Amino acid sequence: MGRKLIFGFFAIVLAVSFVFISGQAMAAEKKKAGPTQFFGILIYRTGPFAAGGSGIGSGWEDFMELRNMQGGVNGIKYSWEECETAYNTARGVECYERLKDKMVLVHPLSTGITYALIPRGTKEHKVVVSSGYGRADASDGCVFPWVFTTPTNYWSQNSAKIKFIGKQMGGMDKLKGLKIANLYIDIPYGQETKPMLDALGKKFGFTVRHFPVPWPGIDQKAQWLDIVRRYKADWVINRNWGVSCTVPLKEAARLGFPGNRILGVWWCGSEEDVLPAGPAAKGYYTANWHGVGRNFPLIQEIIDKVYGKMKGHISFTRVGTVYWNRGVYTAVINEEAMRTAHKKFGVKVLTGDEMRWGMENLNITAERIKEIGLEGFMAPIKTSCENHEGGKTVLFQQWDGNKWVKVDEIAPMTDFVWKRIKASAAKYAKEKGITPRDCSKVD
Amino acid sequence: MTFFFEVLISGLLVGVMYSLVAMGFALIYKASGVFNFAQGDMSLLAGLALVGFLTVMPLWLALLCTFAVMTILAYGTVFIIFRPLVARPPLILFMAAIGLSFLIQGIGQAIWGTDAKGLNIGIPEISFEISGIYLNTFDLTFGGVATALVAGLVWFFQKTRTGRALRAVADDHEAALSVGIPLLRAWAVTWVIAGIVATVAGVAWGSRLGVQFSLSLIALKALPVLILGGIDSILGAILAGLLIGASENLAEVFIGPYVGGGIQTFFPYLVALIVLWFKPYGMFGKEIIERV
Repeated sequence: MGRKLIFGFFAIVLAVSFVFISGQAMAAEKKKAGPTQFFGILIYRTGPFAAGGSGIGSGWEDFMELRNMQGGVNGIKYSWEECETAYNTARGVECYERLKDKMVLVHPLSTGITYALIPRGTKEHKVVVSSGYGRADASDGCVFPWVFTTPTNYWSQNSAKIKFIGKQMGGMDKLKGLKIANLYIDIPYGQETKPMLDALGKKFGFTVRHFPVPWPGIDQKAQWLDIVRRYKADWVINRNWGVSCTVPLKEAARLGFPGNRILGVWWCGSEEDVLPAGPAAKGYYTANWHGVGRNFPLIQEIIDKVYGKMKGHISFTRVGTVYWNRGVYTAVINEEAMRTAHKKFGVKVLTGDEMRWGMENLNITAERIKEIGLEGFMAPIKTSCENHEGGKTVLFQQWDGNKWVKVDEIAPMTDFVWKRIKASAAKYAKEKGITPRDCSKVD
Repeated sequence: MTFFFEVLISGLLVGVMYSLVAMGFALIYKASGVFNFAQGDMSLLAGLALVGFLTVMPLWLALLCTFAVMTILAYGTVFIIFRPLVARPPLILFMAAIGLSFLIQGIGQAIWGTDAKGLNIGIPEISFEISGIYLNTFDLTFGGVATALVAGLVWFFQKTRTGRALRAVADDHEAALSVGIPLLRAWAVTWVIAGIVATVAGVAWGSRLGVQFSLSLIALKALPVLILGGIDSILGAILAGLLIGASENLAEVFIGPYVGGGIQTFFPYLVALIVLWFKPYGMFGKEIIERV
């Protein structure tokens, strides 16, 4: 009994000493490394959507790894922590709550999580960046000062998509009488574009019918029979997510519907969406907002310096894929906001307000893009107090059976879209009792 | 009318695919009383293993190796997870099955990664038209495979010594033990058979969707089938699968447009609930009469 007590006592002393010493060592290491700009990464490396989450998160981390090797952003290094959301809104909110004291900017990486974080971020002065997802009307910085959809949103994308379809048909006048099927996953993300497509249908005289796919969308036989055999659609917009992006390609092929008459959302345009469909995916178009492949100087630098030193965060085969590149894009936007803010507030670890100012005054010109090493990868961005979208074009890519090939770059119908963004944001402001900012009086 | 039959046949063919998953549930529940929450994950594991093996060996060998993996999983599950839980309440067994589900997903991710993988085992996907109705060779092939599998299972359970022993275990554990049937071995054999069924389901669904972690969600499609057919009935799983597949397709196409669409997920549950009203144990479920 006595011996057990002594052993127990020593074990406890040993454990406490270990924790104390390692804690001190870590603190000393941190002090030595200097101040860092922290990013909480709401990632999903597990669950049905892991392919998307792991790609984006890893591309982002690989970029930060490279920058840290080069001494950081103006000397301020990055630090980050992953929090697994499994693409679940409740877990996403929990992750935000866990990390919010350390981070000043968050990418929710999910429309559901974005909806949940908009009021929280606004109240707690955390910048919420929903690049190419979330609420389209959050592009209006007067009503949503803490939310950014940079570089583009779903409504702009859909207006560009209709222009793309018009171009494919031989002119916008050819849209008249066309039948477009909007096949969407029946969750808020999927429903986001229905009003925009209806409005575009009225403007250009095409018919649009919405076909909801219940989550998780692993069987879409009924919808496809209806689309092809009864509705007899000319074009199908594939607005799904994860596995439900792949199913339409197979079903369309079975019914003899041509792959090059399906146009996907940019979340249905990754290698993971088309490879499982095999030959059925050939010819399929999707939107995107950045380049694909590895043929860009910055990406080559990441390959040489990060993967060359075995410090990569994902399997090397996924470097240069759509989702990994999207992660690099995400990191570049963050960094440009930091650099912009450093110019105004000085080089330091930024607060939420300072980072927000950086995001709101982004001006990534063609020259700057070349300097970063991403010429041809991304289009220039200019944000402002009112315009939190900032991008000017939507890219289109086509699957050639082996790889994505960029086929077009189209400017959205800005006036048409922004009229609706302003109206929707004003309605939101009224519902929530928000007084929109007067951007003419903002610095 | 042609369109109606096209929707109906398409629903029946997809229903066969639901049955493949539901059969795995029914087999295990029948023999061990465990509601195997991990059945969808077993299909995922089989798909992942097959894709992995196919990169280094021919199809027949890859299939054999996949069956070997499923056998190891079956024995591991019975002897490591469920052995200490014999005679525990069903809820405890269910919780263990949930744990098994996460364990399989974690192992799968650690070994094969999270990216989606294509699976092509050489079954042609050729569409053809008969009397205005589109059919596909892939769907018909798996319809045939499922039928053969059911026939094989029925023969096994009715005609073989092991099959009869398994039925005895399913009827009454203690009575089976008293006549010398080894309970754990019987369970292990059942899990192996369920593993084989999961492999067939994994191949069928994996060839359609790609082998990715969403494959585990096919279990959701099996739930209304189980409720409708009876949780412990293999025949029920087959017939209910056909019924569910057909009804959800018909409902989505012909009722959906009037109610906003997207009803194919809840409609099967509605059908199942109506059936439960009249047949509380499902169409073919075993009625449990207990002395109170």
